[in-house]
Amino acid sequence: MTNNQKKFMNMVITLTIIAGASAFLLSSVYQFTKEPIAKAKDKRELEAISQVVEEFDNNPFAEKMIIYSKNQKDKLDFYPARKKGNITSFAIKTYSDNGFGGKIEMIVGFYISGAIKNFKITSHQETPGLGSKADDAKFKEQFDGFNPNKQILKVRQDGGEIDGITAATITSRAVLDAIQRATDAYNNFNAGK
Amino acid sequence: MSYLMIFITAVFVNNIVLSQFLGICPFLGVSKKISTAAGMGFAVMFVITLSTIVTFLIYYTFLQPYNLGFMMTVTFILVIASLVQMVEIILKKVSPALYQALGIFLPLITTNCAVLGIAILTIQKNYNIVAGTCYALASAIGFTLAIIIFAGIRERLAYTKIPTSLQGTPIALITASLLSMAFMGFAGIGG
Amino acid sequence: MNKQSYINLTRGIIKENPTFVMLLGMCPTLGVTTSASNGFGMGIATLFVLIFSNIMISLIKNVIPPMVRIPSYIVVIASIVTVMELLMAAYLPTLHGALGIFIPLIVVNCIILGRAEAFASKNNVWQSILDAVGMGVGFTIGLTSLGVVREVLGNGSVFGYTFLTEDVSPLLLFIMPPGAFLALAGLIVLFNKLQGSK
Repeated sequence: MTNNQKKFMNMVITLTIIAGASAFLLSSVYQFTKEPIAKAKDKRELEAISQVVEEFDNNPFAEKMIIYSKNQKDKLDFYPARKKGNITSFAIKTYSDNGFGGKIEMIVGFYISGAIKNFKITSHQETPGLGSKADDAKFKEQFDGFNPNKQILKVRQDGGEIDGITAATITSRAVLDAIQRATDAYNNFNAGK
Repeated sequence: MSYLMIFITAVFVNNIVLSQFLGICPFLGVSKKISTAAGMGFAVMFVITLSTIVTFLIYYTFLQPYNLGFMMTVTFILVIASLVQMVEIILKKVSPALYQALGIFLPLITTNCAVLGIAILTIQKNYNIVAGTCYALASAIGFTLAIIIFAGIRERLAYTKIPTSLQGTPIALITASLLSMAFMGFAGIGG
Repeated sequence: MNKQSYINLTRGIIKENPTFVMLLGMCPTLGVTTSASNGFGMGIATLFVLIFSNIMISLIKNVIPPMVRIPSYIVVIASIVTVMELLMAAYLPTLHGALGIFIPLIVVNCIILGRAEAFASKNNVWQSILDAVGMGVGFTIGLTSLGVVREVLGNGSVFGYTFLTEDVSPLLLFIMPPGAFLALAGLIVLFNKLQGSK
């Protein structure tokens, strides 16, 4: 082997060893953390669910169902909350792509009548201090008992009955869009039953 | 979301430098003259678009099917580093003139977080290949736009009397802040 | 501790402070400092990556052929960052969510590769650790102070503890992107003044 070839082989071997070691290390750490990560995610979701529905004694996670919107475009997770076997309320995981900073994900809780109980934003990229106020109790209070099927789920500027967040109309609209999505899917699910 | 909307949002509303804070180092570092800023801008545009397409293909051919998502960072950064090196070598051979213009910026681009950032964001946003390319190109145009405007202002600033304690970095940051405020005016177009 | 070690440890904290003097790692500096705790979290995350990458690179510096130096370093750093990211997602999910895209971007934080190149590839393990701790602490101080300033002015709170009443509205600007640049400019002026007066 000439000197150049030797150098080349040397480089290839070094890089291969480093890449291999890295892959091995990462896959073992991945295996090790897989469960805790999934658990942390479940815990966060379960916490969010318990914040938006009535008191329950079942495991809404175990009874998860998928519900579809009319044109099958959206698939949303549906979690029933039971007390002594009877469904008292339910939560739907929904989203909107129209947030100020992109996607907003949230869990909306409904009474069995179809009226909203509460919601919890699980992931967003809204402006801190403005759009992020969508998760404050002050904004959320007005939704308790609001029935999107009987009342107009729009901000006041758009002719609806919801007080938007000051200086964050886009975020407010996105939140309503997400709730509307959940409502539509639930109505569709109910109609199909 | 239409491609036009992705495009406008990425260039103006969510400008990669002024509102996402990616690629700040070159933004502050090579923006003293319009000519160098433009050179950097075009080099970045080229690399971001190319690397986003390549990393996109790699992610959906290798990483996702084999459940190797956790290798994303390592794979992407390695691909970007080699891509930059390759572009440099090819450019040197094929177009010495272009190499003269962009060459010195290429090594710096590997550590431009905008490149890795856009590659990862394209995956996270679940774009398809067309939307992803559109997003990458638009973000890069946003970078170029911001850095050229910024350099233009800094060229003028050089002739201005600036209080001693603000000279250098502080005044550059204040300028960037005003520029960022101006770009905030675009907010809402995407809504 | 001998004199050289002392210099290596303190260099990053004041004389070559990455945030205020060297202006390295500006993306996370401006991007995550919307609150004091986010800034602190990012600083600590970077500190850990910096320590491990300096150790690793100082250990393998002699077996790496110079031609493939940079790619090797990048793979090492990227692996450390990914390990960090996975551990964070598992055990500190809230912080992981808040820092978002900026965690994988620690890989391209100029501080990490910069210290690997400029220091760890030329010095022994112990000195490299000192250098990493110094730089990491300097970076953490920079990010935390920027986070404190932005949170106090922009949200009327500090480390999540609100001190403003409901009817006083804070200077929201400081939480928004322009405020990041502005607050950093102010802090750099202050840092220069303090340094000059010594």
